[in-house]
Formats: sequence, C-alpha cells, structure tokens
Amino acid sequence: MLLQEKETRVAVPPPRAGVLRTAVQVMGELLITAGVILLLFVAWQLWWTNVESDAKQSEAIKNFVQELGPPTPAAPANPADYGPPVVSEPPSHAETIGIMYVPRFGADYTRPIVQGTSTDVLDTLGLGHYKNTSMPGAVGNFAVAGHRQTHGAVLDNIHTLVPGDKIYVQTKDGFYVYVFRNNQVVLPTSTDVLLPVPAQPSATPTESFLTMTSCNPRFGAQERIIAYSVLERWQPASAGPPAEIAAQVAKARGEG
Amino acid sequence: MYGWIFRHLPGPLWLRILTSLVLAAAAVVLMVQFLFPWLSQFTQFTDSTIGSVTQP
Repeated sequence: MLLQEKETRVAVPPPRAGVLRTAVQVMGELLITAGVILLLFVAWQLWWTNVESDAKQSEAIKNFVQELGPPTPAAPANPADYGPPVVSEPPSHAETIGIMYVPRFGADYTRPIVQGTSTDVLDTLGLGHYKNTSMPGAVGNFAVAGHRQTHGAVLDNIHTLVPGDKIYVQTKDGFYVYVFRNNQVVLPTSTDVLLPVPAQPSATPTESFLTMTSCNPRFGAQERIIAYSVLERWQPASAGPPAEIAAQVAKARGEG
Repeated sequence: MYGWIFRHLPGPLWLRILTSLVLAAAAVVLMVQFLFPWLSQFTQFTDSTIGSVTQP
C-alpha cells in the first residue's frame, strides 16, 4: 500500500486535477486494495490458521499430559492381554479426551482429540469427537472429525493411510491400538457412517470401530472422505505406551 | 486517496511514514481478527463433519 501511495503522489499534479481523474484514481486504489485484502485472506486462511491451531493444539496436549501424572516405561513389544478395554465417561464439551498418534502421517503426528464437532472445537483444537458416538475402546463406533485444510489440517493425509496402518489413541486410561481398514468417499449427508456398525443401521455392534471424517476433495467440501479402523488391542496406562510410539509419547510429555 | 491521506498526516516525513505503517498494520490486525473469520464461513475448506445439521 505504501508503494502505491508514493507512486500516486508523484503522478498527481497538485492543484487542479479533474474530477474524473480523481474518481478513476480512487477507484483504482480501491480495486488494488481489494486485491491485496483478498491475497491476505488467502494467506490467512491457508497458512496462518494452521500456525494458530498448531500452537493451540500443542497447548491442549501439554495440559492433557500434565494431568496424566508421572510417565510409565514402554511396554514390551509382545503385549499381554489386558482384558476388555476400559471405557471412560465422555467429558464435557471442548474438553480433551486424549491424543491421537498416526505414524503414517509422520513421526511427529500428535494431535489432541477434543469432545464436540462444533466449529469452536474443529477450528482450533483439531480432532473433534462426535458426541453421539462411543468413547475409545467401547463396542460401537468412536467417530472423530478433522479439517483436511486450514486450522491445523489435522487430516490432510487421510487418503495416504494403507490397510494395516496402526492408529494409536491415548486416553487417561490407556492406549487403544486401531488398525486402519479402508477409505470411503460419501456425500456430506451420509450420517450412517457414524452408526455403531458404520453404514449398517440394523446391525448389532460386536467390534470397536474408529471412524475419521474429513472433507473431500482436498480444497473443497462437495464430499466427505471416511477412514474406518478397527480396535486391535488396548493396554492400560500402567503398562506404559506401546513400544512403537514410545518415542512420540515421550516427546509429547517432554515438550508438549 | 492514499496520497491524500498521506499528505494530511501531521508531522515530518519520517513520522508520516511511521504513522501510515501503523495504520496499515492496524488495518491488517482488524481484518485478521474480525473480517477474515467472518469471511471464512463462505469458503468450503472447513466443512469436515458428516450431516452438520445434527451437530450441536
């Protein structure tokens, strides 16, 4: 804008500029300003919201980890059977349920899972838990939503998951290890992906699902991309983190 | 317009440059705080939920 000022200052003959000339000049400056504002908006939307959200999510993880208490050593690679998973009560809105680790999304992929899917949760805190779905480990469907772009872009790489990939959910009770099964692209109205047995209204659940939803295509919202995973095992917090993600868990503990 | 504003700012040249920088920064802050969050509801990047009508 300053450059613009200097240029126009030189160009305008001081005393008697015509009305038309002034009008055209003001119009031009307004149009250039509008262009600059739009560019700023794009930068804000696609870049700055990520910076802001990353900071808030690190903060949420730090607070959550502090409440967990002292660290426990990593569990042996061949875990024992710890019985049926502990299922905690759903917390109140915008409270942290736990942390999700997805090695496929990068070794440093550590995002908080927060109760609720309203914009105040999704636009800053990352993964939002659909309130009317199960909690981690429960028989049924633990469903979370996350942005594909902007505000942290927590599920930007949801399409890169490969069947068999592990998804780790850490809560105050322990670690739930889910195995990714498949992706599906559906219309935004397809609420049946959130059912206790996804897409099967009359079925009685016998397994614990993890369903992640995000927008599709990457910079649009015409569709939703869904990632289904199934609970493979769990271990209580007293057994320590699974060996595969011990480093990430320690890092989350150390520096948030 | 901007030239007119610049000529009507008080003080010596360096102060007017400083003032216009502060004004521009203030405009950006206002946009980031209020205009852009409001504007973002019209973009499509942020719809990641299923059946958003059921969301609280």
